[in-house]
Amino acid sequence: MSEHLTQDHAAPAFAIVYPGQPGDAPATPKQVPHKGGAVNPSVAALRAKFGPVIGRHDVVWNETTVFVQRDKVAEVCAWLQSDPAQSYEYLSDVTAVEYRDAVRPIEVVWHLRSIKFRRFLRLKTELPKDGKTPLEVPSVWGVWKGADWLERECYDMFGIKFTGHPDLRRILMWEQYKEGFPLRKDFPMRGRFSRSEQLKNALSANPEARYSMEELSIADAFEDLPHDMRKRIGGGERTGE
Amino acid sequence: MAATKTIEVALSTTGLTADGKPMRVPLGAEGLMSAPPGIEPELQGEHMLINIGPQHPATHGVLRLVLELDGETVVRCIPHVGYLHCGFEKIGEYRQYNQIIPWTDREDYLNSMGNNCAYVLGAERLFGIEITERCKVLRVIAMELSRIISHLVWLGTTCIDIGAFTPFLWSFQERENVYKLLEGWTGARLTTSGTRVGGMIADVPDGWVEGLRGFLDRFPKTLDQVDRMLTKNAIWVGRTVGLGVMSPEEALNYGLSGPMLRASGVAYDVRKDFPYLDYETYDFDVPVGTNGDVYDRFLVRQEELRQSVRILEQALKRLPDGPVNVDDPRIILPPKHKATSEMESMIHHFKLVMEGPRPPIGETYVPIESPKGEKGYYFVSDGTAKPVRWRIRPPSYVNLSAIPKMVEGHLLSDVIAINASIDIVMGEIDR
Repeated sequence: MSEHLTQDHAAPAFAIVYPGQPGDAPATPKQVPHKGGAVNPSVAALRAKFGPVIGRHDVVWNETTVFVQRDKVAEVCAWLQSDPAQSYEYLSDVTAVEYRDAVRPIEVVWHLRSIKFRRFLRLKTELPKDGKTPLEVPSVWGVWKGADWLERECYDMFGIKFTGHPDLRRILMWEQYKEGFPLRKDFPMRGRFSRSEQLKNALSANPEARYSMEELSIADAFEDLPHDMRKRIGGGERTGE
Repeated sequence: MAATKTIEVALSTTGLTADGKPMRVPLGAEGLMSAPPGIEPELQGEHMLINIGPQHPATHGVLRLVLELDGETVVRCIPHVGYLHCGFEKIGEYRQYNQIIPWTDREDYLNSMGNNCAYVLGAERLFGIEITERCKVLRVIAMELSRIISHLVWLGTTCIDIGAFTPFLWSFQERENVYKLLEGWTGARLTTSGTRVGGMIADVPDGWVEGLRGFLDRFPKTLDQVDRMLTKNAIWVGRTVGLGVMSPEEALNYGLSGPMLRASGVAYDVRKDFPYLDYETYDFDVPVGTNGDVYDRFLVRQEELRQSVRILEQALKRLPDGPVNVDDPRIILPPKHKATSEMESMIHHFKLVMEGPRPPIGETYVPIESPKGEKGYYFVSDGTAKPVRWRIRPPSYVNLSAIPKMVEGHLLSDVIAINASIDIVMGEIDR
């Protein structure tokens, strides 16, 4: 902190990063074709580097989608980020898609962006809904720290586990939410529980227990709580949020 | 290479100490990091847990921060979000494409017109529609006006957080003028729902363009006032310089976007790098900071307000005549007088409203530069009238996820300034 405070603000601390390549003149896309646009050159590079790990690719509305083998996603992403000829420095989004179809696999989607080459690439991996394949993909948190909350949200909404994520908890729903994963297609829009069950759960929750054990332990605050509260929270009861 | 402008951070003598270093208020903050020699060992290392929010005026909504403090220094920050979660994305799967537009007002409610335009840009890509020239310029006007609103609210609330009251009044007064314009156009101030797939809800009314021109004449004067009041103010500089620093590499790695990323020295602006609505034909600069701290974020946003005025002036100059909506009966409703008097138009109206337009099978992600950063809508269509998946890429959600990194090692009072500098809107974060 102290060096920041005393740093002379008039002298630039960082060199400016300019996107794109010299001579580029990006323009608003016109008359975008539905199928058959130009393929992102990174696809060929990925195939040359990873071979059978890379599945099929589509170009829809000029956006390239590449399918990647499920357990190799983090490896592929790390290469895409660090290779100077690809340079996907920026992770726009991590999300998932479930189709209105009982057998079509759930897809996990990564939107990558290369600031240096002004490219956009969509990575996808398929998680079959056969009941045997675990809903698990490797986390890309080690590649882009921005994946932290995006993966937590994807876990929260779809129940997809990101292995290797340091803190995979629910984020938008509260931690004790018992009704499942809201964006799955088998989840009814008004929730799984009836209104009376939801009300009952809300009323029986203990509003005092607002801190997680982790939060209490980092500050050694647990021992300072009143005895009855310690007993309730220690027994695992929490309202979370 | 995109035309990019670097802001020169020039401080007057009022903001500097005698040896040219920025003055800092409160004084003596440096001493807190290391305990003075001779302090009793049992007084060191005792950490305190403190809870800010979710109902706290300085958290800009229902954000809850759990902070672990060593004295007044933040050791660790655990943010909690989700108090406003409404399940917009789930609801969108049960709605036709035009019926989702009112939801986009309510996520980032300071930029509602911008969200409307961003949403339909994505939907039009999915339908394969090319909008009319007049509609393009009107949408640029709508988006830049909402950028002005959003940045003015950011400016006002940040001033309040840091302790300056007057700029808040100035910026909210100007914001009111923009809201009057939007109300004249769409009938609503906050929840505008101003666009439709293939066009706008309406053309601008008579006299509206003159009203906007009048606003553009007056508004830079307010900006100059704010500039004079804050930019070289010793208290403002002291409360913002050196806080929450993110280097360009960190900022990219944490997925920051918008003014947060540009203040860290990455000249990435979606309007320049992945243009939409013919932004490449407008002449404007992208302000970039070089220190990545709260002060630079302030400078970047302040300059963006001026650049928005420039874009609006050019848009008014080129605003062409012609229709606003595309001429495509599969998308656009027939005029009201025809729907109530002609059989065919009535059937057409009924079918469009009840069944809804159907896009081809496909998916698309169209990003725009919202005031908070890169906002994108990701659509997946299976050929029916309702999207399989409608995903919002929320810039302030990703920006906020870097707050534990930014506040670590700073004072408790600086947490408020850093949090304010992110420019969060909880409606967008929780959705």
